[in-house]
Amino acid sequence: MRRFGAISAVTLVAATIVSAFLMPLAYMVATAFKDPSQLTAVDAPLYPAAPEVFVYQGKELKVYDVPTPDGTIHAWALLQPHREDAIFIDPANPGAGEITWIGRPRTLAQHWAFSLKVDNFTAAWETIDFPRLFLNTFGIAGLSTVGAVLSGICVAYGFSRFRFPGRNGLFILMLATIILPFQVTLIPSYALYLALGWVGTWWPLIIPHFFANAYNVFLLRQYFLTIPRELDEAAMIDGAGPFRILRSVIVPQAVPAIIAVTLFHFFWAWNEYFLPLIYLQGKPDLQPLAVGLARFNALYSQQPTLIQAAAIMAMLLPVVLFFLAQRAFMRGVVFGGVEK
Amino acid sequence: MSTTQAAIEPLPTSPRRRGGWRAVRERESLTGLVFVAPFIVGFILFSAIPMVASLVLSLTDFDPREPDEIHFIGLANYQQMLTDPVLHESLGVTLRFALLVVPLTLAAALGVAMLVNSKLLAGRNVFRTLFYMPMQIPLVASTIVWIGVLHATTGWLNYGLEAVGLPGPNWLQSTFWVGPALGLMGLWGIGNMMLIFLAGLQSVPTELYDAAKVDGAGSWASFRHVTLPMISPVLFYNLIIALIAAFQYFTQAFVVSNGRGDPDRATLFFNLNLYREAFGFFHMGYASALAWLLFVIVLGLTVVLFKTAGSWVFAGGERCPRWPGRSAGRGPPRVRSATTCGDSVRSPR
Repeated sequence: MRRFGAISAVTLVAATIVSAFLMPLAYMVATAFKDPSQLTAVDAPLYPAAPEVFVYQGKELKVYDVPTPDGTIHAWALLQPHREDAIFIDPANPGAGEITWIGRPRTLAQHWAFSLKVDNFTAAWETIDFPRLFLNTFGIAGLSTVGAVLSGICVAYGFSRFRFPGRNGLFILMLATIILPFQVTLIPSYALYLALGWVGTWWPLIIPHFFANAYNVFLLRQYFLTIPRELDEAAMIDGAGPFRILRSVIVPQAVPAIIAVTLFHFFWAWNEYFLPLIYLQGKPDLQPLAVGLARFNALYSQQPTLIQAAAIMAMLLPVVLFFLAQRAFMRGVVFGGVEK
Repeated sequence: MSTTQAAIEPLPTSPRRRGGWRAVRERESLTGLVFVAPFIVGFILFSAIPMVASLVLSLTDFDPREPDEIHFIGLANYQQMLTDPVLHESLGVTLRFALLVVPLTLAAALGVAMLVNSKLLAGRNVFRTLFYMPMQIPLVASTIVWIGVLHATTGWLNYGLEAVGLPGPNWLQSTFWVGPALGLMGLWGIGNMMLIFLAGLQSVPTELYDAAKVDGAGSWASFRHVTLPMISPVLFYNLIIALIAAFQYFTQAFVVSNGRGDPDRATLFFNLNLYREAFGFFHMGYASALAWLLFVIVLGLTVVLFKTAGSWVFAGGERCPRWPGRSAGRGPPRVRSATTCGDSVRSPR
């Protein structure tokens, strides 16, 4: 029983922390569904809402939160304000007729009712040309992922299964590229792509990934090393060549690692901002989501409702994919599963 | 990839057969090299040649708008660094930010890892997923969300501060508060660190805690004398990654300031300055020199950390997360083990 109490306490603390941690998401969703006027309204609630109106005898009356002497607060429609008193109608019971209330109507707060606005989404969708951005992002991320995974598998296979002179040196060289800041190679690469006429195309964002990336190779190699060599040898005895062994022994055994690498790379490419920014500057038709969204943010920074709606649409797919593939993903982050 | 298909010749079935040794060896080498070729070619094309070219460019006044007007100007770019006030400011911004965000994210990631590792937490997997999740939000989108949350008058953070009676600052428009604001934003990026810490925590043998308890250690003492030393390799790995990331900081600063480093250059991070020099003013020679400065700084910091690692990274305790790499490990030396544990654990780049 004491243990139960401790569990509840710890879980409650964790829930509080995680709520604060994810609060910005609540802000995002709430804002995206709001009418822009609600943001600047003084007494507006945090959730999407609109000031309630009540139609009484053909007239639109504003509804206010009216405190009465008995301590309760009523949502009443204001019919006739005066300086020191006012006449209200109870929208729940208009038949009861006019209610006279003593107090200054100016001090009253408007009554807000929950109301979702989807206009922000349609407006953002049209202004920013989302379908094109999605297509571009899929194109760039998809193609570069294919390259990264295929080349990663090849190189990892080479490092994990064959002895050749300089293998360890090469492997260390490859790991060393991890600490090489990409800025060091950035400008000559840019100059090269400029000379090739590739600036303003997808090529600089895709081609380099067909030449293996150290992280992917490392992860795959470590996994390949755990696949028993007896399997290779059995296939060899059956007359399989190295490529055949890779395809029908190694790859099927390494599916979890390959999935992890695929997800990592796809997400990375989906999020990548710097390189598409410089290579696709001035080419809005070719830009991926990240670049388009930042441009949109710069243009419409005065309209948070629109921008938050755009942010939701931009993050929806990666987040949903993450929740779906969450197990494979986190298993990839800490391989072999820390769950027991 | 055509390079791989070139290697379909079968290996001889028994390498031990007498006489064929050398031929077998040679064929194996060749096949291996063919498979590794994409890396070798890529390294030459996309790392080695550009590195040399970058060094050469840093000695010129290269401007991509007039590629033929390039002049060799010796070390002038490096001299300019000494007197470039904008560069000095950007270095200051980056350093101050690193000093804030590296300890902050390390502590937060370790704290959360300990929380979601607690046996007293119900639904641990759910919490792990939720704490990790913001990492998967595209950086531009999450930055935009934070810009809204940090807004001085309509942001929820200031609503919350007001509710407890604190005056909320104008986070993103104040040269002082914009740093802490970006630090807060950085908390959304603790996911990988947290999982690495978690793996580290789970590899600490429970007997050690039992022993500490027998010796009368309280929870702080057992954290200080058991947990910390035992997870020092992953701490070391996370520290290096966080430090490198701080010097690579770009996207958030760019989105927050629309690429200008506002307010008053308070978000002009090293990388943003480099971007502006290269792609705003087309001073690509100077930008190449800046890139080398960055490389030297990052390399220097890494070397210094590795040098000090011997004194605080606990060698005996290195037990990588229970993942296949360990069975393949050939007894990695103390410090490299930190990287070997961790490298598995990073997203690409």
